[in-house]
Amino acid sequence: MNASRKGSSKLETVPVTLTVNGETKRLEVLPWTILLDLLRDHLKLSGTKKGCDHGQCGACTVLVDGRRLNSCMAFAVMKDGAQITTVEGLARNGDLHPLQQAFIDHDAFQCGYCTPGQICSGVGLIEEGRAHTRDEIREYMSGNICRCGAYTNIVDAIEQVIGADAEAGR
Amino acid sequence: MNRFSYLRATSIDEAMREAAADPTARFIAGGTNLIDLMKYNVERPTRLIDITRLPLNGIEETESGGLRLGALVTNDETAFDSRIQDRYPLLASAIQAGASPQLRNAATTGGNLLQRTRCYYFYDPETPCNKREPGTGCPAAFGRNRIHAILGTSDHCIATHPSDMAVAMAALQAIVHVRGPGGERAIPIADFHRLPGEHPEIDNTMLHGEIITSVELPPDGFSRNYTYLKLRDRLSYAFALVSVAAALRMENGTIAQARLALGGVAHKPWRDPAAEAMLQGQPATEDRFRAVADHILKDARGYQDNAFKIDLARRAIVTALSQAASGTPQSQIDKRIQ
Ligand SMILES: Cc1cc2nc3c(=O)[nH]c(=O)nc-3n(C[C@H](O)[C@H](O)[C@H](O)COP(=O)(O)OP(=O)(O)OC[C@H]3O[C@@H](n4cnc5c(N)ncnc54)[C@H](O)[C@@H]3O)c2cc1C
Ligand code: SF4
Ligand code: FES
Ligand code: FES
Repeated sequence: MNASRKGSSKLETVPVTLTVNGETKRLEVLPWTILLDLLRDHLKLSGTKKGCDHGQCGACTVLVDGRRLNSCMAFAVMKDGAQITTVEGLARNGDLHPLQQAFIDHDAFQCGYCTPGQICSGVGLIEEGRAHTRDEIREYMSGNICRCGAYTNIVDAIEQVIGADAEAGR
Repeated sequence: MNRFSYLRATSIDEAMREAAADPTARFIAGGTNLIDLMKYNVERPTRLIDITRLPLNGIEETESGGLRLGALVTNDETAFDSRIQDRYPLLASAIQAGASPQLRNAATTGGNLLQRTRCYYFYDPETPCNKREPGTGCPAAFGRNRIHAILGTSDHCIATHPSDMAVAMAALQAIVHVRGPGGERAIPIADFHRLPGEHPEIDNTMLHGEIITSVELPPDGFSRNYTYLKLRDRLSYAFALVSVAAALRMENGTIAQARLALGGVAHKPWRDPAAEAMLQGQPATEDRFRAVADHILKDARGYQDNAFKIDLARRAIVTALSQAASGTPQSQIDKRIQ
């Protein structure tokens, strides 16, 4: 933390505009601010979790311009102009997102720490539309580790939403 | 993490100029490798040049009938592009075998080629490492080395290159296009990464200030007879212990042309043209495949924890060649190996 502050001692912030859960935020951030830390510590959206901080667990998964990303592996400045959805932004008018409801219906968590990442990742997966079988759900959810081992119920929950979407012709 | 100044580059020229002017500047694309290394203080750039807004994000037809992948196309976009899936399924398969959906959404063509080794000692600035700090030694050679190389190692470094994508590109004989202060260069992928030799701190043949603009895929994608077989400690979201990209052109049951590249075993995707020649004009038999595997591994050297890789690679080569010859590529969803 102490290195290469030689030269100017003033820390230069960079203006960044992010739309987070539908709300536009104009922010001044230091270049090394990680998106995950910005969400949790600056915007007080602590739903998104820090597991490993190194891209290895998926707990920090959010949707950036509709695509799932590890927010621990992104500098906030690089996402200028992006639309970001965190677990706090999935409900609509007080109704849970169908996948949130499905997680409850299927008991798809134990300690709950991986859950926000699992749900955001699952929403991304459903949007991608590539998973149709349980094997596919498992593989395309492999970027989310659950230390409690709730995997079977997580697959059940996602399968329920994909199934309901298919029935409704979505 | 160290402090750095940030520039959002608006043109390739600007990015190149800014990088050339500062030896400690780094480009950043998906960030999934560079940020990781910065968090461990392995990389300490004082200036980051964000190249993600540059117009290097398309997949285009080339005049020769191949495809050109922009340096900023994400691994996910490549793997699920219908042209790639139809004409270069080997590449699509290898990318899908790597990392996770989230990481593939961020990772780019250029960044993937330039990702650094996952050697535990390289990642830990408290330990010596010739790659991180030339001249300090290689603790991996006498320490923990389960994930390390068995081919092309030197006394100075036994690290592997971790990319899956690059292994498929090696088999496809892709060409890496770079631009730098000295102009444009087209580097055959075989000459892009290098062996550690006496200079393990140098991963590849790019020069400081050069930027990858695209990777060109030659017309022949071996789309009928191919496989990417990746073996690792868990079925997904893990780096290869050994991987094999096999691409064959079959004519009336005989092998007219063969390409083989191995991942997880060397400092670069490993090819052995003499072994490939042993397949040319031959029927696809397991005996032949075994002879080819023996040839590729004849100089392999195992270390304390990774000697198992020699046998694993031998069997993986035979299985991959059988899968490719029979037109039944390894599924990256159902991980059972047939
Ligand atoms: C937990 C985890 C698991 C992973 N598993 C796998 C796996 O199984 N298989 C696999 O293959 N990979 C795996 N990866 C690695 C991943 O594929 C790479 O991190 C990714 O491809 C790097 O691309 P990027 O765009 O994010 O690179 P960045 O991190 O942005 O950049 C990497 C390097 O490339 C340079 N660079 C980037 N673009 C250019 C350019 N156009 N020109 C010049 N220089 C450039 C940067 O300066 C930097 O030095 C894994 C990563 C993680 C974190
Ligand atoms: S194998 Fe290479 S990267 Fe690992 S400690 Fe030795 S010199 Fe460093
Ligand atoms: S906290 Fe980001 S992947 Fe683990
Ligand atoms: S519910 Fe505890 S880690 Fe997944």
